[in-house]
Amino acid sequence: MRIGVDVGGTNTDAVLMDGANVISSTKTPTTANVSEGIAKALSTVIADSGIEAAAIDGVMIGTTHFTNAVVERKHLTPTACIRLGLPATVCLPPMVDWPDDLRDMVGGNSHLAHGGHEFDGREISAYQPDEVREIARKIRDAGLSAIAISSVFSPVNSTFEEQSAEIVRELIPDANITLSSEIGRIGLLERENAAIMNSCLRQLAARTVDGFKAALDELQITAPFYISQNDGTLMNADFAKEYPVLTFASGPTNSMRGAAFLSGLRDAIVVDVGGTTTDIGVLQHGFPRVAALAVDIGGVRTNFRMPDTYSIGLGGGSLIESDPLKVGPRSVGYELTEKALVFGGDILTATDVIVAGGSEDIGDAGAVSHLDASLVAAVQARIMEMITIAVDRMKTSATPVPVIVVGGGSILVTGAIEGASEIIKPDHFPVANAIGAAIAQVGGECDRIFSLAELSRDEALDQAKSEASNRAVNAGANADSIEIVDVEEVPLAYLPGNATRIMVKAIGDLVEA
Amino acid sequence: MRLLYEANIEDIAIGAAVLGSGGGSDPYIGKLMAREAIRQFGPVPLYSLEELADDDLVMPVAGMGAPTVLREKLPAGDDIVRAFHTLAKYAGRGARATMSIEAGGMNSIRPIYIGARLGLPVVDCDGMGRAFPEIQMTVLTAHGISASPFVMSDERGNVLLMNAVSNRWIETFSRSCVMHMGATCAIALYSATVAQLKEAAIPGTITLAEEIGRTLRQARRHERNPVAALCQAIGGFLLFRGKITDVDRRVVAGFARGDARMRGSGAFADQDLRLDFQNEHLVVRIDGEYIATTPDLIAVLDSETANPVTTESLRYGMRVAVIAIPCAPQWREPAALALVHPRYFGYDVDYIPVEERFRS
Repeated sequence: MRIGVDVGGTNTDAVLMDGANVISSTKTPTTANVSEGIAKALSTVIADSGIEAAAIDGVMIGTTHFTNAVVERKHLTPTACIRLGLPATVCLPPMVDWPDDLRDMVGGNSHLAHGGHEFDGREISAYQPDEVREIARKIRDAGLSAIAISSVFSPVNSTFEEQSAEIVRELIPDANITLSSEIGRIGLLERENAAIMNSCLRQLAARTVDGFKAALDELQITAPFYISQNDGTLMNADFAKEYPVLTFASGPTNSMRGAAFLSGLRDAIVVDVGGTTTDIGVLQHGFPRVAALAVDIGGVRTNFRMPDTYSIGLGGGSLIESDPLKVGPRSVGYELTEKALVFGGDILTATDVIVAGGSEDIGDAGAVSHLDASLVAAVQARIMEMITIAVDRMKTSATPVPVIVVGGGSILVTGAIEGASEIIKPDHFPVANAIGAAIAQVGGECDRIFSLAELSRDEALDQAKSEASNRAVNAGANADSIEIVDVEEVPLAYLPGNATRIMVKAIGDLVEA
Repeated sequence: MRLLYEANIEDIAIGAAVLGSGGGSDPYIGKLMAREAIRQFGPVPLYSLEELADDDLVMPVAGMGAPTVLREKLPAGDDIVRAFHTLAKYAGRGARATMSIEAGGMNSIRPIYIGARLGLPVVDCDGMGRAFPEIQMTVLTAHGISASPFVMSDERGNVLLMNAVSNRWIETFSRSCVMHMGATCAIALYSATVAQLKEAAIPGTITLAEEIGRTLRQARRHERNPVAALCQAIGGFLLFRGKITDVDRRVVAGFARGDARMRGSGAFADQDLRLDFQNEHLVVRIDGEYIATTPDLIAVLDSETANPVTTESLRYGMRVAVIAIPCAPQWREPAALALVHPRYFGYDVDYIPVEERFRS
């Protein structure tokens, strides 16, 4: 049996699953110390199911905690950066495109050294160990032990990053080092940014993950636990301490993967209605379609592959104004259960209107019986119009597609959506995100430039696929279950010899403990 | 004369991406370079051609290479300075100013970087008014201005100086040399007097880029439709709105060629668009009919934000608006048109200015 947990900004959701069956589920408010909320959610689902803690095989946790730390500029460790690539890259040193406040917090301690590679694997300049040693000394003398190391074209060849890490460790034995090649794709600034953020977050990650562990220990859950990544795959607890940035944007991914699982559909539109916003995304072959553009985290450009979602200001807590008719974007948010009319409050929310319409029985229906029937109808129509337009935006053709509705605010969907072949509100829809965490698999990626003059296209693809598969196995996937889920080829302009960038993602089931 | 500050660079970068017609490389890196140089060395004076003396010498600088490589192997900065100084040394006299060869994409901004570093004015004009994939594809070529002497420099300090019999030959030689330099390099070329540029260059294009950027920024701030605001401000035509349904890419002779298919929505429902590109967008057909062709500018914009989309980032499922902007009138003279005619790129169709296509 597995437990999936989703720690959102407002709610912490948990589900207990036996294979494909949901045994019990719960929603509790997220606490300032996230471990407390998790402990409460876990003890509730275990108590509700009546099973023994020992029967649990794994706990999968999705969290926005690390993204929020960067956005809110909290709990970040000052970090140095060493970049290998001289004499190239000089005019744009590390952290050049960071917002000033964040760079000041992180320290802006950056160094350039020789090394780096060309796209075809040649060295830009000879690597100089003494130069790196001198830099490491300076970093040590500045009292820093969090360090990111980047090297030009390290996704093609990461040796210089690795050699530099060894030298740094000689001088700073307890150094916390992130190599850019371990976490990012081609695009030096973006990959380096992610590496720096990762080192910044490691202390927080260690504390947080240890807190999760303590919460599990207290409940006598001895099963291993995992953290979800932005691509819908899992990492184990030790790996999560090392690579906290890989959790960025895991929330929308989990909710879409959960929707795919609950509905049994692999290609569909997912409408996730929360308390304040509704996120619309597209499932392709069971995975979220990813965004094409660079993604900003707290004002810093990164190149993580994030789900392509479109958000509108509509949720269960959306404020309703009647003249002129307006639904959202302002919302009572997490205070819904105090402020909405049906919960004894004095603010008219979308949830109140739905209850007045009679399709749901939540709270005190008597508190909304005075609402004008024409207002109720108008609000319901407006909500469906907002969702219909957003769904249409995300569709790639006029052909009707199934729409899966999940999330705590799903009750808002009361009518038809134009362009939907069917509307599916699966069982357990409020906790789809926790289910997405519970069912997650493990994966690996390869992103390299191949010269198709030296290799055939098939050989290059095979090489990329086996590299991605090996990484998935190293991350804990069962080798027999590995599936290639994404292949992208981008031929590079101006380069003869058919240089092509190939990106492959492989995913497999977690090896059972 | 006016001074370009950090804020001007932001607008110019966005406008340059629109003028890039899908190519010219994402100006993000160039913007950061210019911004850092201005922070360090101060603002850059921008002159019109009229404000300079006829016999003043102007030496343009640019970058050359694969955009994907540039995002990884960031420029040194010194390579551009080296190329510029080498050209000046060979010319036997110093340059009064620098300028852009290509107002579209990143090369609109590289001259501003060197202007800041060397305290040198930038001239408000360029050789294309947009982006094109080959060195000889400038209105300067059509007016007999030579790209030679031509200098290319890499970050290591290698400097190559070439004299070729035609600008087309410069293209041929430099394209094979840039490979050895790791697929990116800095170039200095097309040195010319202000008198020559008054005849040949496209004036006001840096200001045009800035105006485009400012229009989009203000439209977004005031929640007006940025695509409509842009078309109105610079005389563009909305060709299409829809979703990308397929993108096919291939490399032909070192160029990223391909086409994107789109399905219309709203007023364009039931229409199918095909957009062909070779580094830049070349021709647009709707339901099989040509509707805009090179050298008129074809820009693909995000349907919501109007952020320009480069050919490399065209992707299945994106929702976009496609607009056409009449090219600079200099391109419509026969000698210039021959350099960038649809037939040069292999499309058997006459060039009809986009505003004429829309009139009929």
